[in-house]
Amino acid sequence: MRFPRGADPFGQRIYSLCSKSFRKEELCKMSDFISANLPYLLAGISTGGQYALIAIGYTMVYGILRLINFAHGDVFMVAGLVMVYVSAAFGPYVAIPVVIISTMVLGFAIERVAYKPLRSAPRMSVMISAIGVSYLLQNCALYFTGGLPQVYPAIPFLAKSVTIFGATTKLVTLITPVLTIVLVVVLMLLINHTKMGMAMRAVSKDFETSQLMGIKINSVISTTFVIGCFLAAIGSLLYFSNYTSVIPTSGGMPGLKAFVAAVFGGIGSIPGAVIGAFIIGICENLMKGLGLTAFSDAFTFVLLIVILVVKPTGIFGEKATDKV
Amino acid sequence: MSDPILRIKDLKVNYGGIEAVKGISLDVPKGEIVTLIGANGAGKSSTLRAISGLVKPTSGTIEFEGEDITAKNPTDIVTKGITLVPEGRKIFPDLTVKENLRVGAYLRKDDITDDINWVYDLFPRLKERSWQAGGTLSGGEQQMLAVGRALMSRPKVIMMDEPSLGLAPLVVRGIFDIIKEINKQGMTILLIEQNANMALKTAHLGYVMETGRITLSGPGKELLTNESVKAAYLGT
Repeated sequence: MRFPRGADPFGQRIYSLCSKSFRKEELCKMSDFISANLPYLLAGISTGGQYALIAIGYTMVYGILRLINFAHGDVFMVAGLVMVYVSAAFGPYVAIPVVIISTMVLGFAIERVAYKPLRSAPRMSVMISAIGVSYLLQNCALYFTGGLPQVYPAIPFLAKSVTIFGATTKLVTLITPVLTIVLVVVLMLLINHTKMGMAMRAVSKDFETSQLMGIKINSVISTTFVIGCFLAAIGSLLYFSNYTSVIPTSGGMPGLKAFVAAVFGGIGSIPGAVIGAFIIGICENLMKGLGLTAFSDAFTFVLLIVILVVKPTGIFGEKATDKV
Repeated sequence: MSDPILRIKDLKVNYGGIEAVKGISLDVPKGEIVTLIGANGAGKSSTLRAISGLVKPTSGTIEFEGEDITAKNPTDIVTKGITLVPEGRKIFPDLTVKENLRVGAYLRKDDITDDINWVYDLFPRLKERSWQAGGTLSGGEQQMLAVGRALMSRPKVIMMDEPSLGLAPLVVRGIFDIIKEINKQGMTILLIEQNANMALKTAHLGYVMETGRITLSGPGKELLTNESVKAAYLGT
């Protein structure tokens, strides 16, 4: 294919730059590069989905209470331990619903016991209470596990291996992003098109006026925690399926990264948290692919510092409006 | 005068450690517009906040239709049929105009389409802006929305805290016309105002509040001609 001289000078220049053999070679390299890195990319998308499911819990609670719920990562860890114990007794398929329900109950209880009595207290007090809950959960876990790593049961369905574009991976890697996106879409529909969702949006803006409308803010807040914990439970099932064991501090790192994802996307925004989580998950795993495993965690936190300096409100953060 | 729909006896309310309301009694007769005027900090807003259940009074009673509703929570008060249009409008900026109205009807389980249309008839401007976010409306439109939102719970008594605050005189007149219109449709209104002139002209009954106490009361038209009210609030 040739361009008549003068008709498309720009296209021509590009065409003449890449001779046929050169392009072929480049393409080969490209496909090599892809097939070498595809597993990392897939793993990244999957990790991103898992972070997203945790990050939504952070961002929703922040949106409604302006509280960074430090205990959220530990709730995630407890969900992992519940899976270990219940699965050992009754098998993984019985354990899954038990994990989901008990995590939701745990979230509800934490809110009622540790945050609700502090509703009119300064925000700092609630945050300290959250840190307290975080340590309480970790120490309880330490007590029950005796500090030994608990082997996470394989969920046979998720552990099946599949081959995609020449890369072999566990089925969980493929299911995670799909499930995450489905859950996020359902959540967005719930928030934007139901009465409860409308109440959540109202309460997140203004407690007092919401009360004047007859909204029971405590039940709206409880619902928020329960939804956040539901997603964390799902996230925990998917996340720990990739790892061999759970320890009392297992919630720390994924929790922290999900938190960074929520800040990156703009804390308070659900789509922001999801996009932030996928970006962090993918970048982290690609860095592993490039042989920079040692720096993959550091990358996330460097990213946090950069965001806080450059755009503290994150990608989709609410603009600070002081108009009264 | 018929039996009052809302009766307040010796109400005392603390606000930030200070006794903002120092034992007031007032009656709101059914179907009338009652106004409570007074300077900034006289305790007017605290009175309304106590009635709506946002703050608990330290003593005194609030009776609604003969029933004691003192210190009930806001949800119960709305269910009973009292709504407050808060000071500064406080519409939900991220919710659309229509959603703001639907939030107003939050506790109702029946069909609210007719009520939305009724509010749109009262405020045609809101209908035009039905899908706009509440925060994009002008001050006057936001006030209309705040009133419309309060109407959506089908209240028996609607309390308004400074509806004219920060609005242009022409818009204020529009708001007061609406207040009269709603009242004509049978709604009892308790109105708090610093704009004493407009409030007293509109109201059937007026109370003057000074530093937590009621110092004067009487029919609105009478208070308008009262010398001390004139000197203190009407600036004539």
